[in-house]
Amino acid sequence: MASASGNSIPKRSLGGWALIAVPYFWLFLFFLAPFFIVFKISLSQVAIAIPPYFPTFDLGLGLDNLIEDLKEFSVENYLFLTEDDLYWKSYLSSVMIAGISTFITLLVGYPIAYGMARTPKKWRPTLLMLVILPFWTSFLIRVYAWIGILKNEGLLNQLLLALGVIDEPLVILNTNIAVYIGIVYSYLPFLVLPLYASLEKLDETLLEAAEDLGCPPWLAFWKITLPLSIPGMIAGCFLVFIPAVGEFVIPDLLGGSDTLMIGKTLWVEFFNNRDWPVSSAVAVILLLILVIPIVLFQNQQQKMSERDG
Amino acid sequence: MLKSLLVGVAAVGLMAGAAQAQDRVVNVFNWSDYIDETILEDFTKETGIKVVYDVFDSNEILETKLLAGGTGYDVVVPTGTFLSRQIEAGVFSKLEKDKLSNISNMWKEIEARVEKYDPGNAYSINYMWGTTGIGYNVEKVKAALGENAPVNSWDIVFKEENISKLKDCGVFVLDAPTELIPAALNYLGLDPDSKEKGDIEKAGELLKSVRPYIQKFHSSEYINALANGDICLAVGWSGDVLQARDRAAEADNGVTVEYSIPKEGALMWFDQMAIPADAPNKAEAHEFLNYIMRPDVMAKASNYVYYANGNKASQALLNEDVIGDTAIYPTEETVNKLYTVTAYGPRINRTVTRTWTDVKSGQ
Repeated sequence: MASASGNSIPKRSLGGWALIAVPYFWLFLFFLAPFFIVFKISLSQVAIAIPPYFPTFDLGLGLDNLIEDLKEFSVENYLFLTEDDLYWKSYLSSVMIAGISTFITLLVGYPIAYGMARTPKKWRPTLLMLVILPFWTSFLIRVYAWIGILKNEGLLNQLLLALGVIDEPLVILNTNIAVYIGIVYSYLPFLVLPLYASLEKLDETLLEAAEDLGCPPWLAFWKITLPLSIPGMIAGCFLVFIPAVGEFVIPDLLGGSDTLMIGKTLWVEFFNNRDWPVSSAVAVILLLILVIPIVLFQNQQQKMSERDG
Repeated sequence: MLKSLLVGVAAVGLMAGAAQAQDRVVNVFNWSDYIDETILEDFTKETGIKVVYDVFDSNEILETKLLAGGTGYDVVVPTGTFLSRQIEAGVFSKLEKDKLSNISNMWKEIEARVEKYDPGNAYSINYMWGTTGIGYNVEKVKAALGENAPVNSWDIVFKEENISKLKDCGVFVLDAPTELIPAALNYLGLDPDSKEKGDIEKAGELLKSVRPYIQKFHSSEYINALANGDICLAVGWSGDVLQARDRAAEADNGVTVEYSIPKEGALMWFDQMAIPADAPNKAEAHEFLNYIMRPDVMAKASNYVYYANGNKASQALLNEDVIGDTAIYPTEETVNKLYTVTAYGPRINRTVTRTWTDVKSGQ
């Protein structure tokens, strides 16, 4: 890959172009086209009709009609988002919750991935299997199960009461703490897997050399293992952070009514206000917010590969 | 190899197509836990029409699907306020009343109240109706508020001195602004159907004042939470609370659940069966509606879901614990205190949902 980005661009055969066209076609069909539909709706206005907005660009009514329709477009919905503090509060709160959850997931996931990468080779496939195993059960059911664990009369409180750790049940369900627990639990595999992949590739002779030169193990970890696992950490953190920002199911089931997240705000806008244009505008902004860290990540990756190359 | 596989797929496709042409189907989209499923089996046995049954748990979800169009459903069950707006948007087709011979069984009083949403009852028939009131755990509420706990009054919800004492044992409220704002307005002595911004905000203030004591706003979780004894009070729908009462009784877990229609009045709502304009099987949909309106079928449905229905002729066939329960079929005195509301227009609707978001998020 690094050599291809050098000074001479090799000529591609027809087959080569076809091969590249497949992923681009895929992106166009399932990302770009839907995005433009959402973007188009975000410039429309709400109406009591099917579908509940106008203009609708009915192709059957001729070109003049399309031009008339085009004139109806406005950025009003985006301006509306700036007028009401609910929206930026939701965005901010989502980013905060996702950020804190990602950090906790990293703290929990790193030792797991590290332990897996350090176990004898014959055990690793089994451990890997165990990390993936929860996916065999529906995500929704696993989140629901946490209701049973965290509620006032739930398993966790019963256990703590029986052990005498607490005198009265802890209120965890329907609070932000439950949302953190849900996100960390649900997204842990997404962090462990890329991190494990990068830790497993790590050249162990480097650690041996450090030991020979009198470096204590903790310092060797700090100076060698940790820096070399950064790409895995970043990839894992993005895989957790990005879906967590837009998460709807976990805050809806585990969070309280005061848990403000953009996924819930979007839901209310779409279903309760039945305002498709404004909810589309919310979605477009959400996408922009998520694109920024992805671009940063890409830049970082590129720098890494340039340095390696 | 590939060729023979393709031929095989095509043959299966053709067979499926042929089978579809013979089987008559009706696609029904109804609320969750809202029918005795043997009714559907009996309907198929009698008419040969297969019922494809699908469920939802909020009017908002149904409405979003209907407004997107092309749902493929033949019969849907929106609540009156939502129905009226959907009629305006052109979602439904008018009922062909000559195909509905059982329509004479319907209850004139309910039809008259439904006129508000569906003038002339042209687009819909009533399936069930009920009230939005208070469900509570008898022992826990007594323990917190004493023997004279005001369970028959909105005071228990809207007076801080009462609701604050219930905080620790858990309070759930429906996540339905179109029902709670009218309840607050009614408690304040204002018109529950008010469309004035100032009034909506006053209702919002009242709800905010009790917000710290409410654990969750949700429209279906309270059934299990009440039945399991996880919470002690819920503002909920009559039949749902009564289902919680029965589940608790069946589980024999020491939990007693009761429902009360507060003396200040409560919202009366109507779930209406209607046929979307783009329904693929309109003839079958009419047959289904006609079957539902048979007195024995409607009685069976109410005996199962503990909601009152809009079918006068079915009342003779109802179980005593349904027709005799004033929480389901309220006395005339109570009915006179029940109020109905109409749909909000787009502009005031935004004020309503925004107020509701503020209430929920405790802003």
